[in-house]
Amino acid sequence: MAKENPENPSYTSFLEDPHGIMGHRGGFWGWFGTFDHKRIGIMYLCGILASLMVGGLFALLVRLELFFPGETIIGPQAYNEFFTLHGAIMVFLVIVPGIPAALGNIALPMQLGAPDVAFPRLNLASFYLWCVGAVLLVGAMAMGFVTDQTGVDTGWTFYTPYSLKEHTAGDAILMSLVGVFLLGFSSIFTGLNFLTTIHKFRAKGMGWFQMPLNLWALYATGIMQVLATPVLGITVLLLSVERFLEIGIFDPVLGGDPILFQHFFWFYSHPAVYIMIIPAMGVISELITTFSHKHIFGYRFIAWSSLSLALLSFLVWGHHLFVSGQSRMAGMIFSALTFTVAIPSAIKVFNWTATLYKGVIRLQTPMLYALSFVLLFTIGGLTGLFLGVISIDVHLHDTYFVVAHFHYVMMGSTLVAFLGGLHYWFPKFTGKMYPEKLGQFISVMVFFGFNLTFLPQFVMGSRGMTRRYWDYDPEFTLMHQLSTIGAFVLGISLFIVVCYLFWAAYKGEKAPPNPWGASTLEWESPSPPPLYNFVEQPPLPELYEYDELVYDDEEGGYVRKLRDGGEVRSYRRYVRSKPSGGH
Amino acid sequence: MAAHGHGEHGETLSHIASMRVLVGTFVALLFLTVITVAAAYVDFGGRGLNLAVAMLIATVKASLVILYFMHLRYDRLFHTVIFVAGLLAATLFLGFALVDRGQYEDDVIWDKDNQPAIKPYTPEL
Amino acid sequence: MSEHAHGDQKGSRFIQHHYDDAQHQFDSGKLAIWLFLAQEVLFFSALFVAYIIFRTQHPEIFEYGSQYLDRTMGAVNTLVLIGSSFTAAYAVRCAQLRNQRTLVICLAITLACALGFLTIKYFEYSEKIHHGTLYGKKFVPHVDPDGATFPEDAVIKPCIHGSEGNLGADPSIPPPAEGEAAPCPDNTNMFFTLYFAMTGLHGLHVLFGVFVFIWLLVRAMKGHFTPDYYGPVDYAALYWHLVDLIWIFLFPLYYLI
Repeated sequence: MAKENPENPSYTSFLEDPHGIMGHRGGFWGWFGTFDHKRIGIMYLCGILASLMVGGLFALLVRLELFFPGETIIGPQAYNEFFTLHGAIMVFLVIVPGIPAALGNIALPMQLGAPDVAFPRLNLASFYLWCVGAVLLVGAMAMGFVTDQTGVDTGWTFYTPYSLKEHTAGDAILMSLVGVFLLGFSSIFTGLNFLTTIHKFRAKGMGWFQMPLNLWALYATGIMQVLATPVLGITVLLLSVERFLEIGIFDPVLGGDPILFQHFFWFYSHPAVYIMIIPAMGVISELITTFSHKHIFGYRFIAWSSLSLALLSFLVWGHHLFVSGQSRMAGMIFSALTFTVAIPSAIKVFNWTATLYKGVIRLQTPMLYALSFVLLFTIGGLTGLFLGVISIDVHLHDTYFVVAHFHYVMMGSTLVAFLGGLHYWFPKFTGKMYPEKLGQFISVMVFFGFNLTFLPQFVMGSRGMTRRYWDYDPEFTLMHQLSTIGAFVLGISLFIVVCYLFWAAYKGEKAPPNPWGASTLEWESPSPPPLYNFVEQPPLPELYEYDELVYDDEEGGYVRKLRDGGEVRSYRRYVRSKPSGGH
Repeated sequence: MAAHGHGEHGETLSHIASMRVLVGTFVALLFLTVITVAAAYVDFGGRGLNLAVAMLIATVKASLVILYFMHLRYDRLFHTVIFVAGLLAATLFLGFALVDRGQYEDDVIWDKDNQPAIKPYTPEL
Repeated sequence: MSEHAHGDQKGSRFIQHHYDDAQHQFDSGKLAIWLFLAQEVLFFSALFVAYIIFRTQHPEIFEYGSQYLDRTMGAVNTLVLIGSSFTAAYAVRCAQLRNQRTLVICLAITLACALGFLTIKYFEYSEKIHHGTLYGKKFVPHVDPDGATFPEDAVIKPCIHGSEGNLGADPSIPPPAEGEAAPCPDNTNMFFTLYFAMTGLHGLHVLFGVFVFIWLLVRAMKGHFTPDYYGPVDYAALYWHLVDLIWIFLFPLYYLI
């Protein structure tokens, strides 16, 4: 081994230090069999980005078909399968796992000051479940195109009685349900892992209210993942058994109840949308404070609002059933409860805005995404309130208004936050910088393309354009065309993001340990970090305090200038070296 | 922070159940099983009451299992919170679904020969 | 952070590197298993919701259908599971007190009880298949609730959705006369659908328990479990108690009312 210089101790980055079921062997199994949360996060990231591209491709095909009324490129059966595929892939493979599994896995243990999650092998198992679920889900949907069988054309919600055997023959739906079941358990185990890690692996001196807000968000998400997702599991299991054995639980001909299916399905799927958005809000809290160089406003309010949003999310699922046969009484109760669920989100938006006030705002790529989020989430959230009013929902249900609403919150908010977080932590886990100017430009294009796609859809929906329709009245043609053009702008921009990120991972400029001047623990470690996250356990920094962080030109990033001694603590002094053989 | 049990061989990682508690709980559960089967043959006057008695006995049995076999009585409070949270979520689920079904039961066609009379709706044009 | 404890006589070699010590690992696992149990409660809750909804609205199919179930078999299964719960709890105590012999015996008994439960279930299910009292469309009973085959010339009402002369809907319908097949309430098949769904899911969990206890038994015989490492025994026992808990409710709900 080279002579160790105590001033510049050497360390091995996790990218060159495999540890997993094959011991310390590298290569394929160094990644696919790893126990390291950072590698697992990166693998999730690759899978999720690939799924995003596939799901996005089908969205573009759907939008292309809708460019003109009548048949444009595909017939109605294929159209039904395309939008089902788009929805199912995006919900189950991209947005639900997105931020927790990819970004959470990378950031959570480091933000806690922990060497790994509580159960690394369970973490790997969650990833395997995601992979198998993804293969089954996508495979089932592909069956409809490749074989003669009817593909999955029920919509991602699999409503009965249409999804029962007599209406849709074939095994494709069964296979996709099994895939969803496995994906559900992937989510449950991830939540379980994160909850335990946050309880048991906080660094010494880090109490609950000294945790970064991202962790509060992941904690709230974990609660929902553990309590709500099993109901999805039993629902798809029952539907599979129903299709396979015709037991009759949801089949009205045999005495079953199709509305029961909807209750079961939405008991999970409503908290699911909060599983999507709450981690996004956690990321945004981090981005806004870092890029305003200012302490977050109302830390405790944001922490409590994450928890209360998680708990309230269990009370409102019936607002998806307003026009499905649910009784009026239940509808009224759910409508009233839906109004309350807007409150914690609003608290967060106010706090973020107040953080920005008098901050030193730097408009780098993650911040541009964060600012987009605040606007797009406000629009999405407010339109959700319109839909929560039963009398309005009767007109807007199953129209493009709903489609626009949920795209604003799922894509305009969650996906945008995902991209922001991805750019934010990219230097940390790759050790490289992405191209900043390109990133900024594309984030503006994403914002522009997104609004061009979905603002016309609000207009269409309120004028009566029904969703999931292959054909439409010619009066909607202009809106559809605007929407399609926007979709292509958006799709191409996202594709460019994925391309430049992959490029930058290999060829990007070397990143300093703390390019953004952020105050959370993960930035106290070199980029990329070593296997167990910290070369030496760093002292806990003051959370969200930026006085000590100053930009150092030589380093190209921020260093911590300690108030008392004037000593500059920089992690540049860690020299990255190759591993010296076995451990 | 966990309750360390002081067993016959010193400290362990968690509370050690005494034989008295384990055997006692076991015997109580056996006894209650006998009672609940016997109670099934007694008519308490009305199907609601029969159900209530059976559920009461089942709840007592369940509590014994949870508190003593599962050590929840001697364990940290947070584990109880977790379990109760699960039960609460399930109760919530049940409550709303039950109320809803109760309200739309009149629209359900249970018997084809005995369909509910739903007037067809003709909008005023 | 990574103190290797390989071959250390003091600490168990099963304490993983990222934990501070045995207590840290045990507490983390305990928290996780309780989260898993909460998840299992929610997993079963949907079926309990279905049961309660159907029972509230149509109690007649439950009263009629439950006559087809064998109370003795159900009671024996209950006692078997309670016994196995006791031995599982006892096994944890044995591991805590370094009593390996009794630990192995307890785990073996628990395993045997689980297999016994499944065997009795097998007999119950075969009887149902034989009698035609199955779920959904397959509910075509050849026997009446007392087990007597319907007479040769009896007209057996289909019972599914819209059969004539059904009970429950109209209490003024007189009971069947001599030689006449007793018509079952409309949609009695739903009772059996729920019965098979709930006991089937429960049985699957018992089966998973069998695999878990086989694994534990092998490890116990190899002496892996010591007072500073008995997490797996404790967590598996907790899982097993939950399986028992669910049966404690299933038994009266299906067999006793």
